[in-house]
Amino acid sequence: MSGISPRRLLALCRKESYQIVRDPSNILIAFVLPVMLLFLYGFAINLDINLVRIGVLRLDDGPAAVSFEEQLRGTPSFEIHHGASLQALQGAMARGEIRGLVVIQNDFSTRWAHGQSAAIQVLTDGSEPNTANFVSAYVQGAWEKWQEARAPLSDGTPVPGLELRQRAWYNPATISRDYLVPGSIAVVMTVIGALLTSLVVAREWERGTMEALLATPVTAAELLLSKILPYYLLGMVAMALCTLVAVVLMGVPFRGSFLVLAGSSTLFLGAALGFGLFLSTTLRNQFEAAQAALTAGFLPAMMLSGFVFEISSMPAPVRLLTRLFPARYFTSSLQTLFQAGTVRSILVPDCLFLALLMAFWITLTARKTTRTLD
Amino acid sequence: MLRRLLALIRKELQIVLSNPKSRAMLIMPVVLQVVLFPFAATMEVKHATLAVYNQDSGSASVEVIQRLSRTAAFDKIKLVHSGPELREAMESQEALLAVAIPSDFSRRLLARESAPLQTILDGRRSNSSQIAGAYVTQVVSGYARERGAPATTALDVRNIYNPNLHSMWHVLPSLVAIITTIGCLFVTALSVAREREEGTFDQLLVSPLTPVYIMIGKAVPGILIALAQGLFIAGVAAWGFRVPFTGSLLVLVVGILCYGMALAGIGLFISSICMTQQQAFFGVFTFMSPAILLSGYVGPIENMPLPLRGLAWINPLTHTILIMKGVFLKGFGFSQAWPYLWPLLAVAVCTLTVALTMFRRHIA
Repeated sequence: MSGISPRRLLALCRKESYQIVRDPSNILIAFVLPVMLLFLYGFAINLDINLVRIGVLRLDDGPAAVSFEEQLRGTPSFEIHHGASLQALQGAMARGEIRGLVVIQNDFSTRWAHGQSAAIQVLTDGSEPNTANFVSAYVQGAWEKWQEARAPLSDGTPVPGLELRQRAWYNPATISRDYLVPGSIAVVMTVIGALLTSLVVAREWERGTMEALLATPVTAAELLLSKILPYYLLGMVAMALCTLVAVVLMGVPFRGSFLVLAGSSTLFLGAALGFGLFLSTTLRNQFEAAQAALTAGFLPAMMLSGFVFEISSMPAPVRLLTRLFPARYFTSSLQTLFQAGTVRSILVPDCLFLALLMAFWITLTARKTTRTLD
Repeated sequence: MLRRLLALIRKELQIVLSNPKSRAMLIMPVVLQVVLFPFAATMEVKHATLAVYNQDSGSASVEVIQRLSRTAAFDKIKLVHSGPELREAMESQEALLAVAIPSDFSRRLLARESAPLQTILDGRRSNSSQIAGAYVTQVVSGYARERGAPATTALDVRNIYNPNLHSMWHVLPSLVAIITTIGCLFVTALSVAREREEGTFDQLLVSPLTPVYIMIGKAVPGILIALAQGLFIAGVAAWGFRVPFTGSLLVLVVGILCYGMALAGIGLFISSICMTQQQAFFGVFTFMSPAILLSGYVGPIENMPLPLRGLAWINPLTHTILIMKGVFLKGFGFSQAWPYLWPLLAVAVCTLTVALTMFRRHIA
């Protein structure tokens, strides 16, 4: 039953390969889509907020107020928009034209001169929480700089004290692209794996060619392998292409070993293709398999893999759930391989989990396949 | 003619809804996603581990560590005792960031000399570690102020629309738009391809229905499904997650309908150029993933290079997310929502017209 005849397997693989090559959409999926997506991920998601548009409303003409406004204008991270009134600027914020608003109240200069707490109000657009945090941090920074510049004039020498020095390891310039691109390769490959395999078995059932296949001496193992091997090769080529694009065209550093990369990609593709085949085998309907693959593949890979959203910040049940998705392990392996190098303490558990998931999905699919044979 | 159209719409809905498995595919993922993603899709930093390498035996370092351990973002402070141990904690991603206190820290502080403190961020997760680094900065400068550094008055910061910057308030309105995308596109894009594969499309073409009616018949079920899914998620957001709903309900419904029309147009367009369901599926995906990336949901649109900003502007999802955030958080009525509604209608008109011409060509 489970014997494998090399000749039959080869013939089946050849048939599957012809089917892949003859449908141009497969080539599109394996080669064009990954590169396009990778470029989009690399350039569309930029979390280094280096320029925010804010509005400034100065209701005070005193010299202190004017000089603080100049300080804001001189801050390179701000693009200042002028507004005639508070209403006008608030309207601009509702429309999303500006992300923050600094109001210098009319008694600012007087209060500052008397050493009272200064009358400055900062309003941020809370509908974009990440940007809002940056806005208040940047205004705070400009405010502190302005005060420091003025402090020696009012009360003598500045006091030396605590000094915080910040450094980022693995990615010293903290370029978000350098860690987003490896993670997005995992997302892209999840999708490619699911897209490639989720339809193949369902298609045979829908077209009635499965019965013809079952009538031949082909064994379940041969059938399963013939559905995995050609797509695995296609997936590995896509993976190589992604790595090449990331390193050569996008300048993302790669510090690990290519052998380990190939190994973890193999395990990951095994799990992803196994999962796609499982959906295809159980649902037997292209529409349902496609939708299930996309729902269980793309969105979880995007939200639960830790590629943008930090897994350790999620609540415990969700954290546990992320362990079920191969993308999670692949994302962390890729981030480590690209940025830190071959770190055993991360890569070994990742690969073990990937191997486990691969074994799980392929065994499950194999069981489903045998059942339909008798 | 209207009766025939209704019959066609009913038939389409029956195909999608009568089969329990395909019905489940339209309901289950939506429920799961709306329960899961709001908790997952957050940029906030919580439950993080901070590694501290304290080489100083003075009281000031103990004080700083105690203050750091009271920060809500750090669940665990891991004390390390050597450089290699620090490296190991960072490399294995056990700690998101580390603080190294030099041996002369307390002495220098007492002597009123400049006392450096080193923070090390994990650049592999630069966004989270930078946010966490900002917490450390806050704690340390608070301590410095109490020790008599030049007093800086704090600013009066108010976050309007979302005073406590709950990330859920930003995530859920966006999810209303994102999750409905899948259902609507699938129903419209795969339906024509399926009829082609099964050979029933020719039967439809020889029926008395004109191409316009066939198209409406294919578009309406998708729009209805988008509306049902969108309203469900909006309901969960408002009642389940208590996201304030400040705008007009009518604008919400009109917004989803317009987005549904734009999606149906895109779905039918994909359908009209594909011969098989597989191709249609690839087409849906080729549209959907860039649409989500370029919607401003993951990374802000302002940060994108100019050509991508242009693409983001013609992306219907961008405008729908803004409408949804507007009606939830910003109290949008029709006049405020109009700048985002008309681009949706424009996309719908363009794609539906193109799809129609493609259908007509098939008949000719």
